[in-house]
Amino acid sequence: MFFKSRRSVIPGFGLSLGFTLAYLGLIVLIPLSAVFLKASGMTWATFVEAIASPRVVASYWFSFGVSGLATLANAVIGLVVAWVLVRYSFPGKRFLDALIDLPFALPTAIAGIALTAVYAKNGWVGAWLNPAWNWGVTQLNNWLPVIPWNEWLGTGIAYDRAGVFVALAFVGLPFIVRTLQPVLEELEPELEEASAILGANRIQTITRIIFPQILPALLTGIAMAFARSLGEYGSVVFISSNRPLYDEITPMMIIIKLEQYDYAGATAVAVVMLVASFLLLLVINLLQKWSRRYQAV
Amino acid sequence: MKKLLQKTFEKFIHPLQRGRLTKVGALTLAVGIIAPLSAKDIELLNVSYDPTREFYVEYNEAFAKYWKEKTGDIVKVKQSHGGSGKQARSVIDGIKADVVTLALASDVNAIHDKAKLLPADWQKRLPNNSAPYTSTIVFLVRAGNPKHIKDWGDLIKPGIGVVTPNPKTSGGAQWNYLAAWEYGRRTFGGETGGKEYVGKLFKNVPVLDSGARGATTTFVQRGVGDVLLAWENEAFLALKEFGKDKFEIVIPSVSILAEPTVSLVDKNVDKKGTRPVAQAYLDYLYSDAAQELAGKHFYRPTSEKAKNHYASVFPKLDLVTIDSAFGGWPNATKTHFAEGGTFDQIYLK
Repeated sequence: MFFKSRRSVIPGFGLSLGFTLAYLGLIVLIPLSAVFLKASGMTWATFVEAIASPRVVASYWFSFGVSGLATLANAVIGLVVAWVLVRYSFPGKRFLDALIDLPFALPTAIAGIALTAVYAKNGWVGAWLNPAWNWGVTQLNNWLPVIPWNEWLGTGIAYDRAGVFVALAFVGLPFIVRTLQPVLEELEPELEEASAILGANRIQTITRIIFPQILPALLTGIAMAFARSLGEYGSVVFISSNRPLYDEITPMMIIIKLEQYDYAGATAVAVVMLVASFLLLLVINLLQKWSRRYQAV
Repeated sequence: MKKLLQKTFEKFIHPLQRGRLTKVGALTLAVGIIAPLSAKDIELLNVSYDPTREFYVEYNEAFAKYWKEKTGDIVKVKQSHGGSGKQARSVIDGIKADVVTLALASDVNAIHDKAKLLPADWQKRLPNNSAPYTSTIVFLVRAGNPKHIKDWGDLIKPGIGVVTPNPKTSGGAQWNYLAAWEYGRRTFGGETGGKEYVGKLFKNVPVLDSGARGATTTFVQRGVGDVLLAWENEAFLALKEFGKDKFEIVIPSVSILAEPTVSLVDKNVDKKGTRPVAQAYLDYLYSDAAQELAGKHFYRPTSEKAKNHYASVFPKLDLVTIDSAFGGWPNATKTHFAEGGTFDQIYLK
């Protein structure tokens, strides 16, 4: 410690740190603090009024709820997809692998238009999926009338809540798959073999051996996918019916406030989104830290 | 002229320096001396709303021709289109529009209120409340009118899907909303009748798109709903594009006189020095040639000549105006579309 030079062996620390800070400041920090600055110009009463009107509150529930559901679905399906892509080889694997990146690359407005066209009542998939969905929801209503299912789940795919779910699942999937893939590749099959030889059954191998190793990566993927779905606007605005109190997402509420020249109100809602997302990501990061407790640092 | 200048230039500059200076110098001199004498190239920016695209493409050509004949200058008009409210906001936020041609007077008002780019009395500066052409709200239904939709009253029957954009984001939808309100007021009595009718109407709305074009796409391409509340010009355009065998226009008993308004953006034209040509651009909208074009693109012309020419195209119906029926835009916005207005109320039980 005493003899260690103060200067790092690799040159350029000052320059690269300065560059990093300047860049982060310009791209992230200054715009974000502008949001807070603009909102801080409001009085507390108007701030609360802007963020607590019934439509806005309904949009928080819907936005966070449907983003959460889409992310959970992606976590399960993304894990399976990543597993298949890493562990098995089959014809068309490379093609399938490349396909995963499509939601990254595609402008989301195009995704929204395409999804709406496909899932609308006269679309390829929607033509049979809409009636099927409607039938399923009706059955739920008849046999399990604990909540009004048709009000919660809607009666169709496109221009309904389910459509928003589809769009968010679409934009979130690559985040899960791409964070899991490298970890799954690192996973040593020998560990699974050892576990089997030592007498663990298949379920135990999955839950005790495989799962703890991939959990941190899975949580990272979930955090990214969730953040991405929360902020998604471009595709949702096409596939949602944007009915007030029903399937309006919070970014839509921000746009609507802007349309009414209510800049302060829009930033107020943006602040709520920012703080809520930050808190959620914090929780997920803590979870992730907890999940690493078995790993050697 | 340029050659002559170059020769004069060569006489005064030492041959050794010429190589470097000739090109730059001659050009600078040429621009400096010639420009005031010959034709100018002028560029205008017209910030407009969604469905006017096709009309202004043709109008800009007509105006450029007219202006060239009159002054010899070449005018190039750039266009920008989008939802009326969003367009007004981009002008407020600093896009250098010379003129705005928006869907509602209230959007132009906002440019005065928020950024003071034009005077408060802008609407009095041009004839007909600064609306060179008008339109109205009609119904577009599927061919054969299978749900027998004849008037506003049919729209609130159970099982009818009504497609309209969101009044919060779309200028056209605000006209839809007010026309519906007027029907409710006449049929069910007073403001409570209006609210009751509009509340029932929006229960039948399965999709609220953000703009008029989006709503048309939803109705026409995606097959959602039984009736589209549309700008008359947008409805005619849909018939033209998709065929009369697919859709029909239904004229309701009462509707609203929609006045898309135009204005100079004073601060911008003064800064750019384009006031005379921008003013002429707006004035020319009222000429017979432009009115003819407006009619061709399914806007209701305001000049007598074009009106007569297109009398057979546009059906006569009872049209109320925003000023007489709703006390002007500022009032209508406050009562119906502002935060907590009637549109917000009808969704809260």
